[in-house]
Amino acid sequence: MTHQTLPRQSWTFSNDINSEIRRAAETGIYDIRGGGTKRRVPHFDDLLFLGASMSRYPLEGYREKCDTSVTLGTRFAKKPIELKIPITIAGMSFGALSGNAKEALGRGATMAGTSTTTGDGGMTEEERGHSEKLVYQYLPSRYGMNPDDLRRADAIEVVVGQGAKPGGGGMLLGQKITERVAGMRDLPVGIDQRSACRHPDWTGPDDLEIKIMELREITGWEKPIYIKIGGARPYYDTALAVKAGADVVVLDGMQGGTAATQDVFIEHVGQPTLACIRPAVQALQDLGMHREVQLVVSGGIRSGADVAKALALGADAVAIGTAALIALGDNDPQWEEEYQKLGTTTGAYDDWHEGRDPAGITTQDPELAKRLDPTATGRRLRNYLNVMTLECQTIARACGHNHVHNLEPEDLCALTMEAAAMAQVPLAGTNWYPGKSGF
Amino acid sequence: MQSLDMSSVDLRTVNETLQAAAKSQANATYEITNPRGSHAVAVGLDGPLSVTVKGSTGYYCAGMNKTASVRVVGSTGPGVAENMMSGEVVIEGDASQYAGATGHGGLLNIKGNASSRCGISMKGIDIVVHGNIGHMSAFMAQKGNLVVLGDAGDALGDSLYEARLFVRGSVKSLGADCIEKEMRSEHIDILKDLLDRAGADAKPEEFRRYGSARQLYNFKIDNVDAY
Repeated sequence: MTHQTLPRQSWTFSNDINSEIRRAAETGIYDIRGGGTKRRVPHFDDLLFLGASMSRYPLEGYREKCDTSVTLGTRFAKKPIELKIPITIAGMSFGALSGNAKEALGRGATMAGTSTTTGDGGMTEEERGHSEKLVYQYLPSRYGMNPDDLRRADAIEVVVGQGAKPGGGGMLLGQKITERVAGMRDLPVGIDQRSACRHPDWTGPDDLEIKIMELREITGWEKPIYIKIGGARPYYDTALAVKAGADVVVLDGMQGGTAATQDVFIEHVGQPTLACIRPAVQALQDLGMHREVQLVVSGGIRSGADVAKALALGADAVAIGTAALIALGDNDPQWEEEYQKLGTTTGAYDDWHEGRDPAGITTQDPELAKRLDPTATGRRLRNYLNVMTLECQTIARACGHNHVHNLEPEDLCALTMEAAAMAQVPLAGTNWYPGKSGF
Repeated sequence: MQSLDMSSVDLRTVNETLQAAAKSQANATYEITNPRGSHAVAVGLDGPLSVTVKGSTGYYCAGMNKTASVRVVGSTGPGVAENMMSGEVVIEGDASQYAGATGHGGLLNIKGNASSRCGISMKGIDIVVHGNIGHMSAFMAQKGNLVVLGDAGDALGDSLYEARLFVRGSVKSLGADCIEKEMRSEHIDILKDLLDRAGADAKPEEFRRYGSARQLYNFKIDNVDAY
């Protein structure tokens, strides 16, 4: 009997890597895709709640109230935003998404008692009309930006960065620049639209402070002003956002999605969400601003457990984007045959920039967009938000808390050294985490 | 004419008063004295109001103006008339960086010079600068007209979309995808109208027109050296 060595694949030059090398050699251009990082990074899965014990008393799961309400914008705004649940819908543009998808997000968020957010390209009637609470993004491109929409928003989010691409601008390729999208953005139809990565009329936090004052003067100091930052240098970015006058800091880790960006950017720039929260909370605490300036965390939030963990680490609320799209029907197995025709499969479809989304979400093709029923999918989103909230409450009660904001790092342990270091909670079975002094 | 003296009236009161007057007092006139470099003076006006600011202002004077006329008898800081929608803003002195940034409409008339990034990302505004403009002006400019009676700095019109740029003096350099274009009769007409409205002492025939070569509108690997 002859023994042969099995064919050995290279770890360095894996099939995935090799296919990308071949694609680059063939096309001469980097790969562009939607979504957030696909690599495995330390995440909320690496944390566990300890639950009640001899020294902690749980709340009765079905009888005792566990509050989930959150107020955003208490620092300066005359009209802070009151939400029933601590889960908001992140900024996603009309242009990247179909009008029906924006309407569905508004419907679902409103039914669940939370807010949704515009994106690059301005405010549409679909989202304003169906969103009881709408956050208006103020982006470097200023596409569609006008003072009327600014005033009819419930809050303003100055976008400095995004977790999928800290330091990068937006991108909407020609396939999706239809007449309506082009009109809203004052651009020719069919061009590849590349949004600026820097704001055109301010540079740095000193200028931003004045810019925020201008926005407040234009809107009568009513609206909460959020500053959205990508997960780059969360301690200093949060501190500078507070210095610039933010009511709310939105912190987006590298699992946060994008409509279209270079794959190399998504996978190699920025920090995981888990690594960003504690430094941001520390900055708020050092400035005496924790809970005074609210922290909204996004990037890879999928379940009530993720929500509870983000809150336990010090966030006031979370935002979901990709998960909301999945709830609407993105990457749903019912479209498998069509995904196959596009050279992909359910769960892996990420060519959102091409506008051929079988689910009718990331498209401007009217025939594809018609596939998405905004009423039915809005209900799906509401259901999903409700489930996440129930899950979060379940965990909070088990830890003995009557408000989800009472969750704290002491409720957690970590399964890995990396997660312990990032979350600054003890490695399971120990009372130690990397970086903790006195050991 | 009603007067607001910023040595004794705070910014919030000034803007609140002007914003309310723009809505309720058709064609009223206001004078602001002693602005002393204050930021965000006369912002968010939405109505047929005439405001004269006597003195120099800080950042974002007349920001997001709609319909109103604002005249600054002095110089302005960065971002004057940013995201202006309509109406007219006149600066008797010089304007700092980002003048008219992202403006959607109306006329911004700068009697002196404008600094860098004048008309950055403009989306339909008309800007007339009687003096010179600085570097990176009209960067990513999408729509509207930028008229410069003096000289333009480096990288004029970099990554330009459909805005029209008219310069009477020299241009230090053109940015990516910006080229000189033929001045046709329709451009002469547009320019003549703008010069008349701005009270500029110049003839349209003295100007050169610059616009987008439209070579970077869609990514092509052959253009990679332009990035």
